[in-house]
Amino acid sequence: MLSKIVRTVANQLIVFILVFGLYIIAHGHLTPGGGFQGGAIIVSGVVMLLVAFSSHEMKKGLRERVLSIVESSGALIFIILAFAGIGTVFFYNILLGTPLFGGIPATGSGPGILWTAGVIPLMNFAVGLKVIAGLSAVVLALALFSSGEEVEE
Amino acid sequence: MDYIPLDFPFLAAALLVGISFYIIIFKKNLTKLIMGVAMLASGVNLFLVSLGYRAGANAPIYTDVPGGPMVMSVPQALTLTSIVINVAVLALMLTMVIRIYRHTGTLDSEKSRKMKG
Amino acid sequence: MRQIAGLISLLVLVVFLVSAVLLIHPFGHPDASAMDDYIIENAQEETGSNNVVAAVLFDYRGLDTLGEATILFTAVTGVLLLLRSLKRTEEGS
Repeated sequence: MLSKIVRTVANQLIVFILVFGLYIIAHGHLTPGGGFQGGAIIVSGVVMLLVAFSSHEMKKGLRERVLSIVESSGALIFIILAFAGIGTVFFYNILLGTPLFGGIPATGSGPGILWTAGVIPLMNFAVGLKVIAGLSAVVLALALFSSGEEVEE
Repeated sequence: MDYIPLDFPFLAAALLVGISFYIIIFKKNLTKLIMGVAMLASGVNLFLVSLGYRAGANAPIYTDVPGGPMVMSVPQALTLTSIVINVAVLALMLTMVIRIYRHTGTLDSEKSRKMKG
Repeated sequence: MRQIAGLISLLVLVVFLVSAVLLIHPFGHPDASAMDDYIIENAQEETGSNNVVAAVLFDYRGLDTLGEATILFTAVTGVLLLLRSLKRTEEGS
């Protein structure tokens, strides 16, 4: 565990990193980015917390069972969205005309509208959840193993 | 300013792959072998992205783009997939090296080759 | 003996790589781009997204993303399986 200045600054900075990562995941169909890139940004914030506080403290906050449930649910939502349009093709974009995420932007260049692109933003969220939970679990397991403690269950 | 002479990115990718093959064939330390595999991954990703470049074109995104041709978009999607797969394989290799070190006590690939109980 | 065989194979490989790289199309002018022209032309009407790379990753080539998510899941499971503690194996179970 590092000194008190480092712990306070890390507590303040994690909020901004979380908001920036969620912005890049949510606007994946308008700007460069998407699920994998935003998930990697949030995991780098979690690694910063892991360095500032020791891994013994972080084990109380991130339990293995919660991380496992979040990662599995991310994969399941992705597969359910892929199977939803099985009437036509396997990965059919089923939400394209409906008022939930339907809407087609104007052809050519122009500022984008958030409520477009059908099933793509939901898939971005599912993949982002999967990447965050998976890579956080890997980094936490490596830090706990090399400091000699037991990994729970 | 969009004239790159002599196919520089292709030659840089070939140089990266050549150096990584030298490391994998001739070095014995396990950590150096893992660094060689990571360098091989970087060389292949660079080659894949620079295959789809068009001189003087813009990024393939329609939000506020000035008019003109666009760069090919399928190699960029394939490179994204390749980067994520390389991260996963590298994490698995590193944990195996940690277990080998705990079991045999050495990081030399010649000495930890014989299997004992 | 091993050094000489390794050196010869490395030399052959490097000569192959450099000569193959100089034989493909010059940098900046690809020549077989019919599929990419169709995708850039019609991605906004068929999928409704402004980002052509995201449309390719999740709509035109969604099966590759499914395979990649499976690989990520398998690697995380393998890492968490290999890093169990050593105290439990010494107690016998």
